Amino acid sequence: MSDRIYVATRKGLFTLARQDGTWQISGTDFLADNVSMMLADPRDDTLYVALDHGHFGVKLHRKSGDGAWEECATPTFPEKPEGQEDDVDMWGRPIPWSTVRVWALEAGGPDQPGLLWCGTIPGGLFRSSDHGSSWELVRSLWDHPKRRQWVGGGADLPGIHSICIDPRDSKRVQIGVSCGGVWSSLDGGDTWDCSGEGMRAAYMPPEQQYDPNLQDPHRVVQCRESPDRLWVQHHNGIFRSDNCGARWEEITEAGPSVFGFAVAVHPSEPDTAWFVPAIKDEKRIPVSGEIVVTRTRDGGRSFETLRNGLPQKHAYDLVYRHALDIDTTGNRLSFGSTTGNLWVTEDQGDSWQCAAQHLPPIYGVRFA
Amino acid sequence: MPACSRSFDHRRSNCKSMARVSFTPTLQRHIACPPVDVAAATVREALDAAFAGNARARAYVLDDQSALRKHMVIFIDGKRVQDRVNLSDPVLENGEIFVLQALSGG
Repeated sequence: MSDRIYVATRKGLFTLARQDGTWQISGTDFLADNVSMMLADPRDDTLYVALDHGHFGVKLHRKSGDGAWEECATPTFPEKPEGQEDDVDMWGRPIPWSTVRVWALEAGGPDQPGLLWCGTIPGGLFRSSDHGSSWELVRSLWDHPKRRQWVGGGADLPGIHSICIDPRDSKRVQIGVSCGGVWSSLDGGDTWDCSGEGMRAAYMPPEQQYDPNLQDPHRVVQCRESPDRLWVQHHNGIFRSDNCGARWEEITEAGPSVFGFAVAVHPSEPDTAWFVPAIKDEKRIPVSGEIVVTRTRDGGRSFETLRNGLPQKHAYDLVYRHALDIDTTGNRLSFGSTTGNLWVTEDQGDSWQCAAQHLPPIYGVRFA
Repeated sequence: MPACSRSFDHRRSNCKSMARVSFTPTLQRHIACPPVDVAAATVREALDAAFAGNARARAYVLDDQSALRKHMVIFIDGKRVQDRVNLSDPVLENGEIFVLQALSGG
C-alpha cells in the first residue's frame, strides 16, 4: 500500500502523504522550477527529478533517502559526427542532437541495481548504469533507419514517453514514441524492432494507417503480473495487446470517449484498466465539462464511467499522459490535471477525493 | 609578434585579448557563476576559459553540441553575438562579454 504521492508540476515537485485517512501536501521541492519528470526508484529509495529550466536547458537531480538533493549528469547527446546528414522534422528543420526534454524515466529491473532508462524529446533513449552519474545514448535505436521517420506528436519534435521493463526479463524493454509507435528490444537495448500489427493511425492516409512506425501511442503500460498484456491510450483510441505488442486490438467504445492521454493497468488483473477521457484532439476538454474516469474489468469489452467525487459541472481539466498512476496493490489510483487539481481513490475508482487544488499544471503523478 | 595589439599565444598562434565574462544573475540561482577575466581570441575561447574552472556551468549556457542554447544570448561590447553555433565572434582588448537570458525564452 502506498502512502505517498509525488506530483511533478510546471512549478515544482509536490509530495503528498496520507495521514488519518486523508491526503495532505507534506513537502515541496524545486518550487518554481519546471519538473518534467520524476522517478522514485523502488530498488534503492532514490528520487530522481528532471527539470526543464527553459533558458538553461534540462537538468537532472537525485536524492537518496533522507539525503540532500544533488545535481547529477544529464542525458546528453554525443558530438554529432562531422558530415553526418541531418535528420529533419516535418518543416525541414534539423532534428537537434540535444536533449530538449526528459519525457520518461524508469528504473531497470531488480537484477540491475543502479540501471536507469531515460526517454527524451527529440527521441533519444539513454541508459545509465550508475544511478544517473553518467548516461549513454542508445545508439542502436538512435541510428536505426526507422527512427529517422519519427515525427512530433503534441510537441514539434518526436519523443519517447513510455518505457516498460518486463518483470520476467529485465533485458526485454518496450518503449512508446509519439510519433513512432511501440518499439521492443529483447536484448537490453542492443537491437530494436517496431513490428506490432493492428494499431491504427486515423490521422494518416488510408494506405499508411497501419504502419507501426507512424502510430501515436500517448501512453504504454504493462501489467506487472501478466506482462504479455499491454494497454495503450492512443491518439485516436484505445488498444490492447495480449502478446506483448506483437498484435494490437482496437477498443472502439469506452464510455464518453476513447480519446485521452493516460492509462493505468491493475498490477495483477490484466483485464482491469483505467482511462481519463476527453473530447478528441480538436478540443481536448472533458465531455460535457464532467470529469470522469473510465474503467474496464473485462479487457475492454465494457467500461464503467466513474464520477463519484469528481467535478460534474463546468470542469475543464485535462490529464496528461504521465499524470495517472496506480499503486502496487491496485486499489489506490491518483490523477492530476492541467488545472492543478489532484484526485485520489482508495477503492479502484468507485469514489474519489480531491487531495489538492490550485497546484501548478500537473505533468506527472507517481505513488511511492 | 603579430601585427595586433593583443597578446600572442604561441601555442595556438592567434591573438588573444583580455576580456571579462559576466553571467546573468538569474543563473546564480542554479549555480555560482561569478565574473571571470579571460584571455581569448573568440567568444568560444572566452567561454572555454570561463568554464575551465566551472565545468557544470557550461551545460547551463551551451547545448549538447556546444552551441549557444536557444534562449540564451551573448553580447560582446554591446553587440549581440552573431555566430551562435561556433561562437567565432572576435574578442577585442578589454572586451566585455555578457551571457544573458533571451526574452524569447519567457
